[in-house]
Amino acid sequence: MSELETLSFEQAFTELEELVRQLEAGDLSLDQTLALYERGMALAAHCNAKLDMAELRIRQLAPGLEPTALGDVPEPDTFEQDTEPDTPF
Amino acid sequence: MKQMSLFDQSDRPVQPSGARVYTVSQVTSRIKTWLDNDRVLQDLWLEGEVSNWRSAPSGHIYFTLKDAAASLRCVMWRSTAQQLAYLPEGDGVAVLAHGKISVYELSGQYQLYVDDLQPAGLGALYVEFERLKARLAQEGLFDRPKRPLPPFPRCIGVVTSPSGAVWRDIQNVLRRRYPLAEVILAPTLVQGEEAPSQIVAALRAVSQVPGVDVIILARGGGSIEDLWAFNDERVARALAAAPVPVVCGVGHETDVTIADYVADLRAPTPSAAAELVVPDRRELARQVADYRARLVAGAQETVTRRRRQLLSELRALRRLSPQSWIDRYRQRVDELSHAAQRASAYRLALNREQLRGLRLRLSALDPKATLQRGYAIVRRAADQRVVNRVGQVAPGDHLVIHVSDGTFKSMVEEGTP
Repeated sequence: MSELETLSFEQAFTELEELVRQLEAGDLSLDQTLALYERGMALAAHCNAKLDMAELRIRQLAPGLEPTALGDVPEPDTFEQDTEPDTPF
Repeated sequence: MKQMSLFDQSDRPVQPSGARVYTVSQVTSRIKTWLDNDRVLQDLWLEGEVSNWRSAPSGHIYFTLKDAAASLRCVMWRSTAQQLAYLPEGDGVAVLAHGKISVYELSGQYQLYVDDLQPAGLGALYVEFERLKARLAQEGLFDRPKRPLPPFPRCIGVVTSPSGAVWRDIQNVLRRRYPLAEVILAPTLVQGEEAPSQIVAALRAVSQVPGVDVIILARGGGSIEDLWAFNDERVARALAAAPVPVVCGVGHETDVTIADYVADLRAPTPSAAAELVVPDRRELARQVADYRARLVAGAQETVTRRRRQLLSELRALRRLSPQSWIDRYRQRVDELSHAAQRASAYRLALNREQLRGLRLRLSALDPKATLQRGYAIVRRAADQRVVNRVGQVAPGDHLVIHVSDGTFKSMVEEGTP
C-alpha cells in the first residue's frame, strides 16, 4: 500500500488544499511546481476514490450501553426502497 | 422581629386633639408602596380560573382570576395582549398568569398586572421550563464557548431512539452526504420518566467510544410533554459535560428545549442535525475538481512564466556574448574594407586620368613632332650645344641641323641679331 493510499479523505483533502494554495502563491521552481502538480493530481484522485467507494459503517452500542459492546446494525429493508438516490457523480 | 405596622409613628400628622387624620391619597399611596416593595408580589405565577373576561376598546384586557375561595382582579395591557401566543377562549378557563400585584389608586383596587399567560396544564411545565432556563442561564451553562464541529467527522455518535423515523432519517442523510464516516448509535428512550437518565447514560457511553468526534442528540416532533426529557436538568448538564461537540435536533423548527440552549449547535430537526454534522460529498467532489483545475492552471502558469523568463534571459545572454561582439566588429571590418576598396578604385582611376593628361602634354612637347612641322634643331658641331641665339655662333662655325628624318651639316656665313 503506497503512502498515499493510507491517507484519510480529510488528510488528502487538506493537503490538496494546501498544495493548490502554494502553487497559486507562485514563485516556485519548475521542479517544485511539477512535483506539487503530480502530488496534487494523485491526491485529487485519491479523494475522488474515497468519495466514490465509501460505505457508511454503522454500529450500535449494546442496550447495556457498555462502550465496548458494539454490534453492526443490519440495514432495515426500508433503505432498499429509499427514493433518495446515492448519486454517483 | 419588629411587628410590621401600616402607620409609622414618625409620619403621623399631629392634630390638636392628639388624633391622627390622613388623606385617602396618602393611605392609598402608602399601601401601594408597601405592595410594590414586596418581592414575591412583584414577580409571581398565579393559577386561577378566568371570569369577567373583557376586552376594552383601548385594547387593554380586564378580567378576574378566582378559585373556590377568593378572586383577584387582573389587567393586561394591550402591548402584552398583542404579544401573547395564547389568550383564554373565555370565562371558566384555567390559566396560569404571571405579573405583579399593585394598586390602582383611582378605584383603590389592588390587582394583578399580567405580563404572561399560559393555559394552566401546560403552564405548570412552562413555569418549570422558564425557571430552569433562568437558573441555568445565570449559572452560565448557555454561555460556555460553543465548540466548533469537526469539518470531516470520522465517527459520529447518535443518541436517539432506535425505532422510528428519526434514526432512519439520520442514517439516510449521513449515507447520502458523507458515507466516509462511521456511525455509532447509542439507543435510548426519548420520552417518559426513564428518558432523561437513559439519555444521560447514552451520551456518556457514546462519548467514551474511541474516535467519536461529534454527537447528534435527536428526537422527532411531539407535544411539549413528549419533548420534556430534553428540558431535564440532568440532560442539560450531561450535554455541557460532553467531551466532544453535540448537535441537538429535537422536535420541529418551533420547538426549543433546554437541550437546544446547552448544545454546541441547535438544529431545527433531526435530519437537519445530520446535515449540519457532515459535509456533502457532492460538494466535496466539486471542490476536488476545482482544486484539480487550479493545479493544472497553476502548473501551466508556472511553466509559462518560467519559459518567458528563460527567453528573456537568453536574449540578455545573446546581447552580452563574445559572438555578438565579434559580429559587431566583423560588420565594422566589412564596412571599412568596402570603404577602402571604394577609395583605392577612385585613386586608381584618378591616377589613370592624370597619366593620360601627362602623356598628352608630353606628346605635345615631343621635339620630333615640332620638327615634322618644319622646325629644326641647330647644334654646334664642335660641342653639340643647341643654338638658340645669334651670339652663340660665329661665321665659319660648323653646325649640325636636325630635321624630322635626319641631320645634315652646314656652316655659318654671317649672323644678324
